[in-house]
Amino acid sequence: MKAFSRLLFLATAMLMAGLASAEYQLNLKPAKTALGEAVYDLHTLVMIIITVIFIGVFGFMFYAIFKHRKSVGHQAAHFHENTTVEIVWTVIPVFILIGLAWPATKALLEMRDTSAPDMTIKVTGYQWKWGYEYLDDDVKFYSSLATPRDQIQGDAEKGEHYLLEVDKPLVVPVGKKVRILTTANDVLHAWYVPELAVKQDAIPGFIRDTWFQAEETGTFRGQCAELCGKEHGFMPIVVNVVSEDDYKIWVAEQKSAGGAAAYDPGKTYSVAELTSAGEAVYKAHCVACHQPNGSGMPPTFPALTGGMISTGPIANHLDIVLNGSKKNPMMAAFGAQLSDMEIAAVVTYERNALGNSLGDSLQPGEVAAARK
Amino acid sequence: MEAVHEHDHSHDHPTGLMRWVTTTNHKDIGTMYLWFSFAMFMVGGVMALIIRTELFQPGLQVVQPEFFNQMTTLHGLIMVFGAIMPAFVGFANWQIPMMIGAPDMAFPRMNNWSFWLLPPAGTLLVLSMFVPGGSAGVGWTMYAPLTVQQGMGMDLVIFAVHILGMSSIMGSINIVTTILNLRAPGMTMMKMPLFVWTWLITAYLLIAAMPVLAGAVTMTLTDRHFGTHFFNAAGGGDPVLFQHIFWFFGHPEVYIIAIPAFGVISQVIPAFSRKPLFGYASMVYATASIAILSFLVWAHHMYTVGMPVEAQLYYMFATMLIAVPTGVKVFNWVATMWKGSMTFETPMLFAIGFLFLFTLGGFTGLVLALTPVDVQLHDTYYVVAHFHYVMVAGALFSAFAGVYFWLPKWIGKMYDETLGKWHFWLSIIFFNLTFFVQHFLGLAGMPRRIPDYSLQFADFNMISSIGAFGFGLSQLLFLYILIKAIRSGEKAPEKPWDGADTLEWTHLPTPAPYHSFETPPTVK
Repeated sequence: MKAFSRLLFLATAMLMAGLASAEYQLNLKPAKTALGEAVYDLHTLVMIIITVIFIGVFGFMFYAIFKHRKSVGHQAAHFHENTTVEIVWTVIPVFILIGLAWPATKALLEMRDTSAPDMTIKVTGYQWKWGYEYLDDDVKFYSSLATPRDQIQGDAEKGEHYLLEVDKPLVVPVGKKVRILTTANDVLHAWYVPELAVKQDAIPGFIRDTWFQAEETGTFRGQCAELCGKEHGFMPIVVNVVSEDDYKIWVAEQKSAGGAAAYDPGKTYSVAELTSAGEAVYKAHCVACHQPNGSGMPPTFPALTGGMISTGPIANHLDIVLNGSKKNPMMAAFGAQLSDMEIAAVVTYERNALGNSLGDSLQPGEVAAARK
Repeated sequence: MEAVHEHDHSHDHPTGLMRWVTTTNHKDIGTMYLWFSFAMFMVGGVMALIIRTELFQPGLQVVQPEFFNQMTTLHGLIMVFGAIMPAFVGFANWQIPMMIGAPDMAFPRMNNWSFWLLPPAGTLLVLSMFVPGGSAGVGWTMYAPLTVQQGMGMDLVIFAVHILGMSSIMGSINIVTTILNLRAPGMTMMKMPLFVWTWLITAYLLIAAMPVLAGAVTMTLTDRHFGTHFFNAAGGGDPVLFQHIFWFFGHPEVYIIAIPAFGVISQVIPAFSRKPLFGYASMVYATASIAILSFLVWAHHMYTVGMPVEAQLYYMFATMLIAVPTGVKVFNWVATMWKGSMTFETPMLFAIGFLFLFTLGGFTGLVLALTPVDVQLHDTYYVVAHFHYVMVAGALFSAFAGVYFWLPKWIGKMYDETLGKWHFWLSIIFFNLTFFVQHFLGLAGMPRRIPDYSLQFADFNMISSIGAFGFGLSQLLFLYILIKAIRSGEKAPEKPWDGADTLEWTHLPTPAPYHSFETPPTVK
């Protein structure tokens, strides 16, 4: 066993050297909110306590292992109880725990105090994207994964923010108490941004709340933290914390851009116009299941290329996008999420791209008529 | 040895396969439980390696996300219900009658049925991968309403859980009845070996907790097929209700796994320290307190669902309280070793490995008990690391200690001590390589149950995957050691361990005869 333990020591030493030579994130990320700092300090405190106890208890154990062994001729004692000692090691931990419970309670009460916010944002979890609605500023949008599929499949080099980048980040002003209301459209999700010390489950049919107040500007990234189906690992959260002025400019931009989803009711859009507008909608809302090339993942996620619905009557196609599938719960209803123009575009896209070429199109007016 | 009668019973029970199908002998049934558990351990282990292969580097290389989710689900269910729980029921079957001086379990035929429910349940779990849509990709916790979206694989999983629950309940009724009624004259409750005590307490936990799980999955089933809305807000239900019901079962379940492990360790450490267990009575009381507390803390698994802050405070304080009896147990084990005359054969090595790493898992449990910290770490790899320290370095290492400890008594042959030590050192090194780094991943914010991750997590995931393969391969060595011992092991001495003092070592020959204690021994 001698040679073996030497080998063991060498392997451990090499591993430690390897770890020390590179930069590794070994602790909680430094928080960007006052509450996050309190959590960070609480974690440090509990780590110090358990390290001290660990060293104490296992100091005794390893001393015994080396000194009270048969091979060094130690004779076994015969004691098997000691009431004083047993009371002492029951009572002392109680006091340590009370010492820990005090700062933990303080931080928890602070964490759950969502009163008097400066602004409120409603966050809705969808399979698989986030919807944001600024209740005070009348801004509303969806935020989905921006990492291209070929990076995930290994066909392209992975970017710096691989899997942690979105098409439209959440933008909030610095130094303001932002109250987040969470809910979900389909299954459970959880809104989690480590550096803002926020994690709150999003529950379909219920509204929960949490809050944060960022101390500095910057971009903070997080992810969905509650298993929500196959794309659970692919619905990141990006929060841009900006100055108050920048925030005002951003809100104004959003309001003027809000008209983009509008359409000209008098105009008949061509197949080519709708198809090219539909590609972006498809990539944001459909691609996770039906795949970039429309091949789907049968049987749960049917192929659109040559598909029964995507090459069948257009009214059925519109119906399933608008209202979801009655047979397959995985096909969500997009009526509430997408505008008339977006639905017209994506349906036309699916019929005239992805290997289909039916040549027909859906006009936004027809979507509006089908909604009623 | 006067209690032993060397009857030849070979004429009155079948041989070959029918012996195992029809057996009512607690030793045969214990053996079947242990082999079944080992087989499931291998199946669940392969699933873990598929998970770790996909996570070896960023990007999707080997499996698709939905299959990945099925792997995390089945790995969890198979390891908890198929591997760890049956392993300790196997120990209970072999050891409880011998340790209390009983001829067999109280209900031998029900014992047969308890075991034979397991293979169909295990088969259903594995089979669920091969139905259209595959198995359930919902995590072993089976949270609603994701379960409603699943294909028929989910129904097979639900049915398997029902069967496993029936098996556990029957096994527990048998264990309680055996312990309360079949003890040898003179063996009062407070003279029972601690392993027997821990199983008595565990059996009560099982009887109380398993029907709750059965209820939860039945409600899932009716929500899926029969138009109920227990977990659907649109019909007046609540998805969080599922979590409350699940964890009312799920937290006691943690102790259902851990408490028999405490029992094994409480036999092994005194035997190799050549010194009686320190604080026997306080061990019994601590175990009972842990069991009672385990029913009062379930919502600490749900700190982020948005409970009222008062409820969060209560669950935080109650959870922290569990550290007290758990601490008492650890101090008692160390005090047992203190001033002993220790030797370090394989069972003792695994027991010390258990003590060291289980305590580490207990410490991270204290970190997670603090609600504000847990909100950061909930559903991250920190939690994955935490519960693998308790489940693998805790329960599994304890099971290894138990197998090496009692194998000579069971088969009358010794295992290869050198290979046993190799098994221990390889297991403990690769275990830590796999799971210690996952603490760092969790602290940095890597969520659990994701098939792909951002580049910041790449290095530790690679280390963890290498460790996992090392750990998995080390278990093949364990299989080899077992086969070698059974086939060509050296004949075991009557009492290979100096300090072992329970009835199976002091009153029965080695190997233990097929029928033991037909006349009960008298315990002074």
